[in-house]
Amino acid sequence: MQFPIISFIVFTPILAGVLLLLFPADRKTEVRVTALAAATFSLALSIWLYFSYNLPQGGYQFVEKYAWLPDLGISYHVGVDGMSAPLVLLTGVVMFTGVLISWKIDDRPREFFAFLFILATGVFGVFVALDLFMLFFFYEIAVFPMYLLIAIWGWKETREYAAMKLTLYLFVGSVIALVGALAMYFMSGLKTFDMLALEGANFPIWFQNIAFPFVFFGFAVLGGIFPFHNWSPDGHVAAPTAVSMFHAGVLMKLGAFAALRVGIMLLPEGAKTHMPWIILLTLVNVVYGAYIASVQNDFKYVIGFSSVSHMGLVAMGFATLNREGMIGAGVQMFSHGVMTALFFAVVGMIYDQAHTREIPRLSGFRLFMPVVAVAFIIGGLVSMGMPGFSGFIAEFPIFMGVWATYPWIAIVAAISIVLTASYIIRIISKVFFGQLPEEFEGHITDVTVLDKLALVVLSVILIGVGVYPQIMVPLVESGVNNVLRLLGGA
Amino acid sequence: MTIAFEPWMYVAVLPEILLVVLTLVVLGLDLALPEERRGGLGWLTAGGLTAIILVGFAVAMPAGEPRLMWGGMLRHDWLGFAFKLTALFAAAATSLLSMDLAQVGKRGEYYLLLLASTLGMMLMGSAADLVMLYLAIETTSIPLYVLAGFLTRDDKSTEAGFKYLLFGAMTSAVMLYGFSLLYGFTGSTNLYELASLAQAGQLSLASVFGSLLLVLVGFAFKISAVPLQFWAPDVYEGAPTPVAGFLSTASKAAGFAVLVRVLMAVFPGIQPYWGAVISALAVATMTLGNFFALSQKNIKRLLAYSSIAHAGYALIGVAAISMPGSTLGATSVVFYLITYVVTNLAAFGAVAAVGRVTGSDEIASYAGLSRRSPWLALVLLVALLSLSGMPPFGGFVVKFAVFAAAVEVNLIWLAVIGVLNSIIGLYYYLTVLKVVYLYRSEEEDKPMPVPGGYALGLLVLCVGILLIGTLFAPWFSFSSGAAAALF
Amino acid sequence: MDFIVNNYLLTLILFTPTLGALILFFLPGENKSLIRWAAFLLSFIPLALSLALWFQFDSTQAGFQFEQRAAWYPAINSSYHLGVDGISLTMVLLTTLLTPLSILASFGIQDRVKAFMMLFLFLETGMLGVFLALDLLLFFVFWEIGLVPMYFLINQWGSEKGERTVWGGRKMPARAYASFKFMIYTMAGSLGLLLAIQMIGVVSGTFDLMELYRIWPSLDKPLFGLSINVVKSIAFWAFTIAFALKVPVWPFHTWLPDAHTEAPTAGSMILAGVLLKLGAYGFLRLVLPLYPTEARTYAGALAFLAVMAIIFGALASFGQSDFKRLVAYSSVNHMGFVVLGIAAAAAAAGTQDAHIAMNGAVLQMFNHGLSAAGMFFLVGVIYERTHTRDLNEYGGLFPLVPVYGAILMFTSMASLGLPGLNGFISEFLVVRGSWPIFSVYTALAMIGLFFTGAYILKGIRQVLHGPLNEKWAGHLTEINAREVFVIVPLMILILWIGVYPDWILGVINRAVTALF
Repeated sequence: MQFPIISFIVFTPILAGVLLLLFPADRKTEVRVTALAAATFSLALSIWLYFSYNLPQGGYQFVEKYAWLPDLGISYHVGVDGMSAPLVLLTGVVMFTGVLISWKIDDRPREFFAFLFILATGVFGVFVALDLFMLFFFYEIAVFPMYLLIAIWGWKETREYAAMKLTLYLFVGSVIALVGALAMYFMSGLKTFDMLALEGANFPIWFQNIAFPFVFFGFAVLGGIFPFHNWSPDGHVAAPTAVSMFHAGVLMKLGAFAALRVGIMLLPEGAKTHMPWIILLTLVNVVYGAYIASVQNDFKYVIGFSSVSHMGLVAMGFATLNREGMIGAGVQMFSHGVMTALFFAVVGMIYDQAHTREIPRLSGFRLFMPVVAVAFIIGGLVSMGMPGFSGFIAEFPIFMGVWATYPWIAIVAAISIVLTASYIIRIISKVFFGQLPEEFEGHITDVTVLDKLALVVLSVILIGVGVYPQIMVPLVESGVNNVLRLLGGA
Repeated sequence: MTIAFEPWMYVAVLPEILLVVLTLVVLGLDLALPEERRGGLGWLTAGGLTAIILVGFAVAMPAGEPRLMWGGMLRHDWLGFAFKLTALFAAAATSLLSMDLAQVGKRGEYYLLLLASTLGMMLMGSAADLVMLYLAIETTSIPLYVLAGFLTRDDKSTEAGFKYLLFGAMTSAVMLYGFSLLYGFTGSTNLYELASLAQAGQLSLASVFGSLLLVLVGFAFKISAVPLQFWAPDVYEGAPTPVAGFLSTASKAAGFAVLVRVLMAVFPGIQPYWGAVISALAVATMTLGNFFALSQKNIKRLLAYSSIAHAGYALIGVAAISMPGSTLGATSVVFYLITYVVTNLAAFGAVAAVGRVTGSDEIASYAGLSRRSPWLALVLLVALLSLSGMPPFGGFVVKFAVFAAAVEVNLIWLAVIGVLNSIIGLYYYLTVLKVVYLYRSEEEDKPMPVPGGYALGLLVLCVGILLIGTLFAPWFSFSSGAAAALF
Repeated sequence: MDFIVNNYLLTLILFTPTLGALILFFLPGENKSLIRWAAFLLSFIPLALSLALWFQFDSTQAGFQFEQRAAWYPAINSSYHLGVDGISLTMVLLTTLLTPLSILASFGIQDRVKAFMMLFLFLETGMLGVFLALDLLLFFVFWEIGLVPMYFLINQWGSEKGERTVWGGRKMPARAYASFKFMIYTMAGSLGLLLAIQMIGVVSGTFDLMELYRIWPSLDKPLFGLSINVVKSIAFWAFTIAFALKVPVWPFHTWLPDAHTEAPTAGSMILAGVLLKLGAYGFLRLVLPLYPTEARTYAGALAFLAVMAIIFGALASFGQSDFKRLVAYSSVNHMGFVVLGIAAAAAAAGTQDAHIAMNGAVLQMFNHGLSAAGMFFLVGVIYERTHTRDLNEYGGLFPLVPVYGAILMFTSMASLGLPGLNGFISEFLVVRGSWPIFSVYTALAMIGLFFTGAYILKGIRQVLHGPLNEKWAGHLTEINAREVFVIVPLMILILWIGVYPDWILGVINRAVTALF
């Protein structure tokens, strides 16, 4: 039997989380070191998984399957394909850097890391789940720690409201999708929740047309699709840094990924029926999100809305239902995850020092935090879709995909590129350059080595994928081919 | 129909017999021991109940076809067995959680009443005759009336006991009227004979349906379904916390056991009618329960409304049974109840543990709990999230099962209402957790001692919640075995 | 070694600057002179390699040489495909030549030398990539990526004085304004290009230029419910606007004076010397081959814009009192000739006249690169000493700085188009080639040329002649050896091409005749 690497990836965080809870409350350093060790281990495993995926062979690999509830056809069935392998890696990266960034959390770090790790297990679980029940199981596990993480360690002004809003939005989405999924289960008549089996269920078209919107939107809420995106910027802003990183970096991908896995892959005909209007919603996401981001004065809200815009591109890529669009969306999920983790890390570092996120009040931070400035610039360039960075690699095919289906939408969506460029440049020149305001004189110190390490890791990934897309694209492509197969080669 | 006596029948009711023995032992020790040494009674009760559970597994497990016994009074089947064990488990946990409670834990009559009530519940689970059923219900209820009013110096507790008694007596009178009508129509008191008579079409629909409604009144009271739910918050609030937990779990589970058994055994012929009634009850119960829970300031009242709502979710499963082609309905109900018992006991246990230190059940008094006692906070987290239906806790799986049961038989609207309700539920559970984890209090530096009985009880319950939530196959097959006995 | 050099020569040229930047990254930042010299020496590697390329290049052979191809983004059929022909070869040479000179010219930079030098070397890679790419997507990658270092060079090391009032009455530093304008103009301009590239990619299924040259112009099925001609026309204008912005062609030129004026000296040198050529190169490499029909159709309009650029550029230049702005507008004026040549060639592709005009245009690109870089450098030299760029503040400086004066005169004359210097050759070729094609426009351009003379003489007069502004007496130092070393190579080339243009025209001509 091969080494059950996926199970290790999924359960390492939660076991580490339980272990952390057993520490005495005052052993904060030990807690942090243990957390870092666990995160490093997870990262190493996910890197290993990523690079040992056998590309020529394709399909689902590292599959493990055990009966879980045979009476209902529920099994513990995990595996990765080209679509999910990058996302597993992404989760590993964000978890690792998130722990680094959260080193200075002093209020109950034990609980913080434990909840964060439970969240991580949920996220890993969704990405590798090949069983519909299991997907929901881990999906919910990923949602509820978010509430506590935001409510306890979040920004005092809005945390209670934002945490509740976020949790309820996501819960509503997921339970609606759940009903759709149950309908699929009984409709198929296969008595199984195994998604590989359900892929071949050949649901009647009328059923797909009805079920698809429920399932798709139920998950897409978490992906931040318009008009259900409202929870996300509030949540981002209220969350503590590492949680924002997780939230925007990974959690939103969860929604998009599940919408793909369950919505598009299991109900392909429904997808074909509904996508032509859904793509209009994603267009609103893309352009409106970028516009709102460009008029914000709160640094974190800018990033929050930029996530809405970029996740709109992911949904748009999926909505094209063609090869280019989906490849782009797949890469964009990874790229945006890393980029936005970087952004939130930077915002957190600035806020920790300045205790404000009002862009007009911030200035001159490069003088004291050169590495942070460079990292933000790199992230900004990714966000703008600058060639040579991963954002371009992702967005270019998305636009190609849109061209191939709805040319006018491509043209309108392109407005967002200029909007994005304008707000990114504005922030770079306002926040990082210029003179340091007097009120910060003497208060600002450079970030720690751990912070820098996190930023460097994230930046290197963004550039690496941008310069050498072959490191990721073929993988995503193989995943997309699987989706296209289900869509009937469309 | 005559059922001849056979020796195996002793073995089949061995748990009940042992329970009586245990009761007598507790009574004797209570009389024999000096007051300061009666602290061990709780351990004795819990240990004895655990032993009875083990014995039950060893010898009293039903095998083969369900059989009537003791002259048709009881039925030896998986359904009864499952609820017997549930009642025993709940009683064991309750006694663990009561031991260290002032004015309760060291009094032998408390355990005596608890055990007597448990005996009633065990008989409720396997009663196959209207007479037996009524006796069992009353055996259950009367000790509970006393238990609810156990804190005689506390006005609220007294009020609770009295209220419970009044409403209980009234509804059981209505139910008894229903029973007598059924007997009058058919000339039989045995549930399974009633069934065959009713199916033979000798009864008019109106008479059957009418008596059904009367019977339902009694059951609805037991499971605190709308419109007979109003007693629950007051009684839970006033009763000693472990008793409230016991009331909301074991008593409710036993109520469900008789509900499904009677519905399936006596009224299979009019399934669509009672299906509609139960659906309506389910909707009303969960919706009202959740909405009232939203505004509660007292944790016990909140849990009371939440337990009303949970009765509603379980009723979804019962409604699903009524539809043709349901394979999951009965299983989901049994599974739901088992999990609910474990979860709600944990919730009430944590509340009891906190309340005995702070002396308050106001939600506001939970501020800073996560700093005073991270473990109790965690127990509360596990219990409340399980109640709200979050994985990896048991609540998720059983909600999933109940909704699946509804979707299976095309009751999608019912599932959707259930789903929407669970969102409301999540909201107020999170509100409590917010206070626990987020709010600060001046007393947060004082640690909160957790006595051994609580520690053990809560640990077992939390592990149970997690086990059900992760390794659910054995529980599910246990439940489906129990459900199979219905048909 | 030989194998590597011969097979990967272009890759080496392209990435040695980046490599150099990475080496700089690991050098200690406090030691400024080490950084400067290291950057300077490292920038000679691409120069040496491109000289090697120049001498190995077979100018008798048509088509692309030293081609190289590697998988880059196969999922959308884009590859890492490089190659040079005569046009790109001259541009590569120009780039690699100007970079060391610019680095040398910026030895005076004190603030964050390491970052400055690294950005400069990154910029070089970006520009070289555009000239070397034979893949449409790769072209765009480098096209955009060059923006970033340039933005920061202007934004961070630009002139420190000056404020601009922007909308809303808010004041912002002039360099921030200029860099923002530069970035947003170019990005907005590139947007159409990006969309058009995507569209072409979707329709053709490839980004390889060799393939596209074959597929795209001959495509004749309707697209997106529109006739192919409409689609192609729109795409043509998308390309044209992007490149016209970069050139810049009137009326898209307004970013240029700001950017040039605020940029540090070396930035202006590269901006005028190379970056503007990217736009013109885009016309040559992409617009004309991909849209021969549309180019012919709209050549008149393009020529009109070019003439406007020549005339208005010259007039605007004449009207400036800021020395650097004067030079900046002169770029608009000179690049107008490049576009005029291109327009003429597009209108009459295949004819002798077109070839002459095109030769002139390409040579003008090279020449303007030399003379504009030189002019900006000389402006920088005097600015460093006087800290003013106001022409009225100067006056009569010749006696104080005779060597500088002579150099300035020489370079200005090249810019003016004095026969015997390089500007004359290329402008003559352009005019000669476009005369039979756009007679009226060419005639108008000649009027523009007259104003060219006027503003250059004005500049010389105000700086060097007239009554001496007494405040400089004793304060103004002569141009130093380092600075001379920057300008001399430029002067040599200016003179060399002016006297004997054949060495470079030979290379250009082969490519031009092969392509058009």
